[in-house]
Amino acid sequence: MSAVVGEHHDDHHHGPAKGLTRWIFTTNHKDIGSMYLWFSFIMFLIGGSMALVIRAELFEPGMQIVVPGFFNQMTTMHGLIMVFGAVMPAFVGLANWLVPMMVGAPDMALPRMNNWSFWILPFAFTLLLSSLFMEGGAPNFGWTFYAPLSTTYAPPSVTFFIFGVHMMGISSIMGAINVIATILNLRAPGMTLMKMPLFVWTWLITAFLLIAVMPVLAGVVTMMLMDIHFGTSFFSAAGGGDPVLFQHVFWFFGHPEVYIMILPAFGVASQIIPTFSRKKLFGYPSMVYATASIAVLSFIVWAHHMFAVGLPLAGELFFMYATMLIAVPTGVKVFNWVSTMFRGSLTFETPMLFAIAFVILFTIGGFSGLMLAIAPVDFQYHDTYFVVAHFHYVLVPGAIFSIFAAAYYWLPKWTGHMYDEALGKAHFWLSFIGLNMTFFPMHFVGLAGMPRRIPDYAMQFADFNRISSMGAFLFGVTQLLFLFIVLKCIRGGKQATAQVWEGAEGLEWTLPSPAPYHSFTEPPQVK
Amino acid sequence: MATQQSYYVPEQSKWPIIATIGLFTTLVGVGTVLMNNSKGTDPTTGWWMFGIGFTIMVYMLFGWFGNVAKESMAGLYSAQMDRSFRWGMSWFIFSEVMFFSAFFGALFYARFLAVPWLAGEGDGVMNTLLWPDFEGTWPLLQNPDPTKFPGPQEVIDPWHIPLLNTLLLLTSSVTITIAHHKIKTDERSKVKLWMAITVLLGATFLGFQIYEYIHAYHELNLTLASGIYGTTFFMLTGFHGMHVTLGAIIIFVILMRYMKGHFSAKQHFGFEAAAWYWHFVDVVWVCLFVFVYIL
Repeated sequence: MSAVVGEHHDDHHHGPAKGLTRWIFTTNHKDIGSMYLWFSFIMFLIGGSMALVIRAELFEPGMQIVVPGFFNQMTTMHGLIMVFGAVMPAFVGLANWLVPMMVGAPDMALPRMNNWSFWILPFAFTLLLSSLFMEGGAPNFGWTFYAPLSTTYAPPSVTFFIFGVHMMGISSIMGAINVIATILNLRAPGMTLMKMPLFVWTWLITAFLLIAVMPVLAGVVTMMLMDIHFGTSFFSAAGGGDPVLFQHVFWFFGHPEVYIMILPAFGVASQIIPTFSRKKLFGYPSMVYATASIAVLSFIVWAHHMFAVGLPLAGELFFMYATMLIAVPTGVKVFNWVSTMFRGSLTFETPMLFAIAFVILFTIGGFSGLMLAIAPVDFQYHDTYFVVAHFHYVLVPGAIFSIFAAAYYWLPKWTGHMYDEALGKAHFWLSFIGLNMTFFPMHFVGLAGMPRRIPDYAMQFADFNRISSMGAFLFGVTQLLFLFIVLKCIRGGKQATAQVWEGAEGLEWTLPSPAPYHSFTEPPQVK
Repeated sequence: MATQQSYYVPEQSKWPIIATIGLFTTLVGVGTVLMNNSKGTDPTTGWWMFGIGFTIMVYMLFGWFGNVAKESMAGLYSAQMDRSFRWGMSWFIFSEVMFFSAFFGALFYARFLAVPWLAGEGDGVMNTLLWPDFEGTWPLLQNPDPTKFPGPQEVIDPWHIPLLNTLLLLTSSVTITIAHHKIKTDERSKVKLWMAITVLLGATFLGFQIYEYIHAYHELNLTLASGIYGTTFFMLTGFHGMHVTLGAIIIFVILMRYMKGHFSAKQHFGFEAAAWYWHFVDVVWVCLFVFVYIL
């Protein structure tokens, strides 16, 4: 059914359509948000299963379960799926659900494009996953796909990988344009920029980053495509190009990309911590400026991923100091979260537990990042498990914990039911233990020199790896509990009030629970 | 923010999923062609998929934009909706700017870092270990490994066709602006005239560009495969050419819509979006002319 033209426009104030077409043709931000979140969870399970293949192989030294070629495909696909399939769509799903409700809008600014942004993703990942069954196997060159591994020595499926990335990029750019247009144009009367909830602020800045760097990713995979099929020499020194050029262009995208995955998480923590501390967020303006500073700095630090590649000394120094500078605005944020909790009336419901763990564990990841920023010592850490420990500490208890926190925090608003608090807490503690078991020992094996992305290792690393593998399986299996909790909450449970949480503030809590199909048909007044 | 009438939230729409299927089929088609070509097998299936996907995309564009045009004509769009479109188009153009930046970045990196390093600048390691005879020049006529990447004999002279093309595009930017002024004063026949001239100038530009490419390929051995100079030259000018093509088609479609009476003196964002896009393409060309052709 196409958009019906000429009908009176009050006609679209009815509920959802019936059946499958509701989801395929929908223009509703809540439907689309739910699809994003479910898609992201499915990808999380697929990418997680690949991580478990990796951990099973690394349970003990020697080659047990998979051949090295397949191990490489698993590390590559795990990274790609988690970054582009799990974390990014989860945040876009949250933005879809929450931004219109938080700014007092009826829907997203461009609802049909919103639908298109989502539906591209299942197709893109079908393309990417189908490469597992192609001749020569799936991409096996690491999620960073460095040339010439990804050009001269790549399996034939790299072509479909490239087009898959193009599709994800199109989806992300359109999604980001929609978020920006919604925030800048659809705010309720009276909601000035500095009155916006922090989740909205962080998403505004994230959307800017997405529009700035996804085209650069599209550019770099296009260069690969041309090098592979059309004889260009971007990454071939024999023709005057340079494989290092790939790394520069990739990381010019890649570093803002990691902030794309963490800034919305900052926003989530900044919504949840004040609620359960029953205090206003400490230092709201400084939170906004810190987020903006992090975003600006993210454009001038990319080469800290390449310290070991042979940069000129001036480059090493510049990128080292610029990177360390990021610790300042990040420190401001951590300080503000802690100060918000200081002398608050704290309660520890599941979202708050995830949020507090987020602050502590993300800070650990931040500190190991600071260590990696020091160019001379990075020569030792480079390409070891220390790096793996670092970025998993910012991504798992950083991005993913904040997504869990957000899910628990807003589930009552989405479904109209309270989730099972006891099970939620169990989910938290099992995840917390599992992830620390998995990733903390990686710091030690990394510092001792265990290289990443290798399916075998020296005997001396066996004990720590065994702990990591057990932790990984604990963490992985625990996520099925999360699935159960969400399904249970959708099907029933204690009726949620509109306010849901005693200390919650913001426009989304003025709507009934579950939130009506169309959010604010009449814009609310914000004082 | 500001004043809010009822914001138009469209009904369910089939166009996004059609667009996805079209995009997917097109890309899988192109991928199949490329994979078959590198294996030396028959790429016909891929071409068919590409053709079908492309047809679906064209159908979708007509349908989706047709929908939007109808809604706009029916007066469903408020001033606020108009602002959403403006933000959308502006950020889209910004994303395009970043796409070109990646290729300009590659050009500058190759020219000012990679090629000098290969020629022994810095600590001289590259030069002694790889190709001791290699001399770094720009334009790079002799590649480090000429057997693998035979270099071009010469490059395009900026002061003939490229200069002419610069004048054509700059003029077209002026003509589209004149058309815009005429829309505002509602001088309909002049609007059509100036828009038609703009499309014509764009088409002429493209004609010259194609001529230049043929000349480069057949007489100068300047090709995509002739080393980093040819690589950056064709990728930058090629993507620009694709954008000129797209921009000219957009302006042509807008001209058709104007003739059908879709735009008024007050409300004509479709036209403005096309004009923004055209100016963007123009600015990219000026950068190309300076950094690719002249310097």
